[in-house]
Amino acid sequence: MSEVKNILLVGVGGQGIILASKILSTGLINAGYDVKMSEVHGMAQRGGSVTTQVRYGEKVNSPIIGKGQADIVVAFEEMEAMRWIDHLKPEGRLVINNYRIPSVPILIGEKEYPQGIIEDLKNELDTVVIDAMEMAQNIGNPKTQNIVMLGALIGALGIDEVKWDDVISELVKPRFVEINKKAFNEGKLLAEKLF
Amino acid sequence: MKKLMTGNEAIARGAYEAGVTLAAAYPGTPSTEILENMATYKEIYSEWAPNEKVAAEVAIGGSIAGARTLAAMKHVGMNVAADPIFTFAYTGVNGGCIIVTADDPGMHSSQNEQDNRYYARHAKLPMIEPSNSQESKDMVKVAYEISERFDVPILYRMTTRVCHSKSIVELGEREEVAMKEYKKDIPKYVANPGNGKVLHVKLEEKLKELEKFSNDCELNYTVMNDTKIGIITSGVAYEYAQEVFGKEASYLKIGFSFPIPKDMIQDFSKKVDKLYVIEELEPYLETEIKAMGIEVVGRELLPTCGELNPDIIAEALKNEKREKVQKNEDKVIGRPPTMCAGCPHRGFFYELSLKKNVMISGDIGCYTLGAAAPLNATDTVICMGASVSAGHGFAAASRQNNRDGKVVSVIGDSTFFHSGMTGLLDIVYNQGNSTVVILDNRITGMTGHQENPGTGYTLMGKPAKEVDLVKLCEAIGVDTIDVVNPLELKAVNEVLDKHLELDEPSVIITKWPCALKKFREEEIKEYKLDQRGVCKVDTDACKKCKKCTKVGCPAISFSKETGATIDPYMCVGCEVCKQVCPFDAIKTIER
Repeated sequence: MSEVKNILLVGVGGQGIILASKILSTGLINAGYDVKMSEVHGMAQRGGSVTTQVRYGEKVNSPIIGKGQADIVVAFEEMEAMRWIDHLKPEGRLVINNYRIPSVPILIGEKEYPQGIIEDLKNELDTVVIDAMEMAQNIGNPKTQNIVMLGALIGALGIDEVKWDDVISELVKPRFVEINKKAFNEGKLLAEKLF
Repeated sequence: MKKLMTGNEAIARGAYEAGVTLAAAYPGTPSTEILENMATYKEIYSEWAPNEKVAAEVAIGGSIAGARTLAAMKHVGMNVAADPIFTFAYTGVNGGCIIVTADDPGMHSSQNEQDNRYYARHAKLPMIEPSNSQESKDMVKVAYEISERFDVPILYRMTTRVCHSKSIVELGEREEVAMKEYKKDIPKYVANPGNGKVLHVKLEEKLKELEKFSNDCELNYTVMNDTKIGIITSGVAYEYAQEVFGKEASYLKIGFSFPIPKDMIQDFSKKVDKLYVIEELEPYLETEIKAMGIEVVGRELLPTCGELNPDIIAEALKNEKREKVQKNEDKVIGRPPTMCAGCPHRGFFYELSLKKNVMISGDIGCYTLGAAAPLNATDTVICMGASVSAGHGFAAASRQNNRDGKVVSVIGDSTFFHSGMTGLLDIVYNQGNSTVVILDNRITGMTGHQENPGTGYTLMGKPAKEVDLVKLCEAIGVDTIDVVNPLELKAVNEVLDKHLELDEPSVIITKWPCALKKFREEEIKEYKLDQRGVCKVDTDACKKCKKCTKVGCPAISFSKETGATIDPYMCVGCEVCKQVCPFDAIKTIER
């Protein structure tokens, strides 16, 4: 089963990971792959850590990704990158958004947000750091952060057999299609340039 | 046509294709989306029932009438519904009936991780266990055929990973199934002791037939590869086993798992050198197989607690461990779930947490987070409805033993309808003195916003009668009832003080819609939601006292250098923090 690819998207509830992974999995199915995808619901969603696991290939069995199994980790938030990094293959790629969302222990002043996560990970791993928030703001809508990250993921993995623009048109509300296409392509170009 | 579907979507699709015309449920993770999707098929009458027992009984009634029906619930919901289900196993069906139990190994969103496969043996229900979304759809159809052929309801056992992971499903067409004729049949449908004795004997006969059938059932099959290792498995564990062993092992995949296919197991065990059973949670299959005198390895190597995964299996059975990236645990701080920015529960819990000598009896819902930091308010949470009745028990025992102690029970609107009302009745009837707080956020929150008897709409989107909570509590016999806006802290505080003084049953209703809700026009008007601004800290006025962080709002962060700041994208302008600030440093500005 070595041909199965494993993608792990991690972040915090409300960052748009679910939509990004929906576009991702729809594209992969259109390209003829078998796809399995897992996400969290319920209590865990209330401000907690959110992950989506996408596996694709000729035939996929388990819907979940084990430690050291992900070909790529796409982290929408810094600390979440560290939380899930043990799921990455040592030779795998990391796309990390330099964006911080403090959790409750930090918000209430019990703990400090950990410093130096990006530097640590960059030193050890094949990493691209993305300022998705700034890119999304420049594009004209901070909410397109997730699609910038999705674009970067596709650029990093080089999945070119999918017509991503068509998938975005299919799944995004009509008035947001163009801006999301732009966000996607900018993220993709950046990852292609930097990896 | 192929579609990427969750197991829950696939069950709904399967029910649609199998000609189901009635489905009922109470929402509960990981089962909720089954009925949400069911309601998208106009051919199926779908309803949210106030609890799982009612949902099961609705499905039972529909089956007796002659329709194919389904009831869905989370694992602990099955405890609530167990009463009718055990007896329905005796009477049997008219139209086919499926009871879906969605178990939650790993407790992603539950208070325990009970393994409901034991309900199959206990209630004598034939059981079906799908492993992925395609099977979740396809097996529904087989389940109805078995249900009608053997005159039994079916336990359809799902787990979180099967419910919530998405995989590709080949869709089929709906086959209309004509409603069966209903004939009055007292010996079959009236479960009195006399009839029950006869029905029990009949059920045992049916189970003998089903045991034979299990060996021929298409849902049980072998996949023969290398025979050094043989694996007996069911549910999502089959996918994990395939992931780990691939063609290095042979498999007996059990989709129809009660009664187990004894002949197949016997036969399979003889064909392989070493036999493993790979199953999640309890050693259900293993115990059955060992009782047949077959040597099998399972529990001695695999865990009983928590969710299974391929890595656990690979390490336990193959001694294999993948190389991985090391993480620096020092740089990972917990991210526990928390009440959302603008959550109407926050202000109420903040005030309640400041009260001394009060035992706070909590319940299941978003407000379970009242026990989390920094509020740390709640003393106990057991199950749906227990806030009211266990709170009454705490108070009654204290009173009987001459110990002081006021109890405040805290329960959501939907949970109150589920099983809090009977507890309140108990308090009034037995002259207790607890205060019951109904946190009415106008929706069933935690499970993702389902309508309930208090919201004015049904699952199918039709306007409905809205239960009047005040009148309901009056009718139960409560004399002191106050309705309060939970975002107005002064008012909350006054009402709490009034009720804490009382030595009689009393009710406080906090009424404000969930911050994440899709508001209706009338709600925007009623709660003036379009007139809210955003809260902003005046950095010069902020004395860095951290008081605002004590309400635990995720939009507020604090640094020693700049004091408190409020994320304007997250803030909904509820103004709870503003009321807490002793220096008037938080202002509301226009959005």
